[in-house]
Amino acid sequence: MTAAGPEPVLEVRGLRKTFGGVVAVDDVGFEIAAGEIVALIGPNGAGKSTCFNMLMGQLVPDAGAIRILGRETAGMPTRRIWRLGVGRTFQVTATFGSMTVRENVQVALLSHRRGLRDFWRVARERFVEEADALLATVGMQEHAERPCSILAYGDLKRLELAVALANEPRLLLMDEPTAGMGPRERIDLMALTASIARRGGTAVLFTEHDMDVVFQHADRVMVLDRGRLIAVGAPAEVRADPEVRRVYLGSRAGR
Amino acid sequence: MSASSIAVQLLNGLASASSLFLIAAGLSLIFGVSRIVNFAHGSLYMLGVYLAYALVGWLGAGHLGFWLSIALAALAVGVFGAAVEILLLRRIYRAPELFQLLATFALVLLVRDAVYFAWGPEELFGPRAPGLGGSVDILGRAFPQYDLLLIVAGPLVLLLLWLLLRRTRWGTLVRAATEDREMVGALGVDQAWLFTSVFALGALLAGLGGALQLPREPASLDLDLLTIADAFVVVVVGGMGSIPGAFLAALLIAELKAICIAIGQVEILGVDFSFSRLTLVIEFLVMAVVLVWRPWGLLGKPLEEGRHHAAAEAPLRAAPTALRALGFVVVAALVALPLAGDRLPYATVLLVDIFIAALFAASLHFMMGPGGMVSFGHAAYFGLGAYGAGLLLRHFGLPMELAIVLGPLVAMAGGVLLGWFAVRLSGVYMAMLTLAFAQIVWSVVFQWEDFTGGSNGLIGIWPSAWLSDGHAYYYLGLVVCVLGLWLLRRVLHSPFGYAMRASRDSPLRAAAIGIDVPRVRWAAFIVAATAGGVAGSLYAFSKGSISPDALSIARSVDALVMVLLGGVQAITGPIVGATAFTWLQDALARETQYWRALLGAVILLLVLLFPAGIAGAVRSRLMPSEGER
Repeated sequence: MTAAGPEPVLEVRGLRKTFGGVVAVDDVGFEIAAGEIVALIGPNGAGKSTCFNMLMGQLVPDAGAIRILGRETAGMPTRRIWRLGVGRTFQVTATFGSMTVRENVQVALLSHRRGLRDFWRVARERFVEEADALLATVGMQEHAERPCSILAYGDLKRLELAVALANEPRLLLMDEPTAGMGPRERIDLMALTASIARRGGTAVLFTEHDMDVVFQHADRVMVLDRGRLIAVGAPAEVRADPEVRRVYLGSRAGR
Repeated sequence: MSASSIAVQLLNGLASASSLFLIAAGLSLIFGVSRIVNFAHGSLYMLGVYLAYALVGWLGAGHLGFWLSIALAALAVGVFGAAVEILLLRRIYRAPELFQLLATFALVLLVRDAVYFAWGPEELFGPRAPGLGGSVDILGRAFPQYDLLLIVAGPLVLLLLWLLLRRTRWGTLVRAATEDREMVGALGVDQAWLFTSVFALGALLAGLGGALQLPREPASLDLDLLTIADAFVVVVVGGMGSIPGAFLAALLIAELKAICIAIGQVEILGVDFSFSRLTLVIEFLVMAVVLVWRPWGLLGKPLEEGRHHAAAEAPLRAAPTALRALGFVVVAALVALPLAGDRLPYATVLLVDIFIAALFAASLHFMMGPGGMVSFGHAAYFGLGAYGAGLLLRHFGLPMELAIVLGPLVAMAGGVLLGWFAVRLSGVYMAMLTLAFAQIVWSVVFQWEDFTGGSNGLIGIWPSAWLSDGHAYYYLGLVVCVLGLWLLRRVLHSPFGYAMRASRDSPLRAAAIGIDVPRVRWAAFIVAATAGGVAGSLYAFSKGSISPDALSIARSVDALVMVLLGGVQAITGPIVGATAFTWLQDALARETQYWRALLGAVILLLVLLFPAGIAGAVRSRLMPSEGER
């Protein structure tokens, strides 16, 4: 399965979400192609996480269209969006605390291969090699046997990435993938993400506060402010954009 | 049925609503601030009734004596509540929520036996209120004057509580703690004092509610569990932590009951239908409807997660060799036991009870522990299994062997039905819905005399001849129990078991890797119900008869105590807990009338010493107690 063809992996049109009259996301539209790494940035409260939650089905948009690999997904439940080939990591890591690192990946693999309806076989013994291979990809193989509940935060982030890769995603949604990591870890994780994107033709959309990470790794940058996209383009263009500079550096007294 | 009779019934409803509200308001306050589901709240109410009875005896039933007695009874219960909070609850706020629940169960047992000790088993009738003993004429019908007073009391207390919560600094703190617990701690508020005062006030309201009932209903020993069931329903329907919600819910439920009584017997489509009988279940029906429609109650808000998560569970492992060996030794010993012949005549009888209890507790543990779904009404499935088998034998003439196999399917059907609703709710609300379902099943069985034998139950449910011989039934029990436990364990280690724990650990992540969380929880619910039904079927034939007791709240509570006693985090927990509980209950019941109090004391001791349960404590290192506050 290669990501050939002109159709974008992710296509968003006129996306809108309000919470009790407050507009969180307003008329957002963009496309992401296979193998492309796109950063979604913006000040706190700009609507980044709301966007992500709509893309992954945790929130239903009030208006607008989301097409993933040609399928309309607005309003589709999370688990079905995942089955289309979408992996997600969360801003605050979400892992299974009562399982080991390897088991976390095994559950995702079992789900991907539709093996969770099995009431009989011993789960611990299923897809061990595949799980270890994914853990090796993110550099977590030596932690395989450790309970997930005692991992350091940076390790949890890497584990989440391994879990997100279990269904061979065509689209990866990463909400602040490097938050809480040291500088060295950040570089490693983003380099890893980039190599996954290039190799497998996976499209990556990520949010990030660290501008170094954004401008080093993103092919394109989209800037969200108060729910609206105010700039889209190559990192250099966006960095030079006066509107973006105003939002990030200038007067935000109105907020 | 006339306009005047309806009017009088509606007024009656208002009076009942007031008493319901008094109990529920305290329960809701306590839950809102401390997140403790106080099972002993019904006991506080019962204490109020009995104390008022005793005080009236001393002070006389004159104007001064009567009202002073009511006030003093309420105050005394308030002081008792404060003492409970300081001496017991304060030590376990950091323990997992379920342990706090277990501690309040223990209180139920202790209070019940204390009352039994002080006042004996007979119902006690209090005096009428002085000056309010008569009745007034309403639309040509007599209406008790005292009930008019109650009608006023409810809204009055609501008003006072509202003023207290809105106009005082204390009230501001209580509201803050109810809405955002972390915040209050962060603001440096003395939480210990706040919790004590809230608990005392809640207890006082329960005591007042009880004391005010003295002229209306006799003091009796089953008031505690009856009251707590009502109070739970009101609090849940209104929304946990919401006082106006509790008032609204009390009003709604009491009036619906009143209307049912007013309608009485009517003919619908040629069938006599008794609305007055509906009063036993109407509140639970209301609760089921409200929870499905508004999962957080009428005026409630979604609950934030508790401030202290239970420590993350250790990953599942294959049983260590030592434990496995121990298991084999125990089973071998149980197989060999009947060879001891007559030296231990009673042992096999007790052991069959333990087998049944272990399987029942393990089925509850399955959904509570790995499934993360607490059930307050697990007896429903036990009872459905027991009645299913009994009815198949008695009414459908099935052979015993078939009845005992098909009985659990009735429980399974119950699980399919209720599970579908229940898995949509979370935490305490789900627990309450399971309680409601159990009560509905109980009342149906209790009232459908032609079919279920009503309160007498079914008799003559004996195993076939070949299973009645010698130790045959003992071996059947052993095989079913061991097989059942092994299967449940097998499922826990299977991919489905992992999907269950995944859905519990992080529903967000589970959905994001394609797991259909409600469906997994539903399936887990059905497995647990079926296993509970197997225990029930086994029980029916071990006793030769069944009664609605098989479905009672007390039995649900027993199962909860067994699981919590053994520890939720270990699979061996329910087995150890069920064995300890059944054996203790049996041993204590033969030694003393006050076995409940002793059991309660033992539970309290265990809760304070081993906050992770017996098996949990043995399995992991002994946890150091986490400080006083």
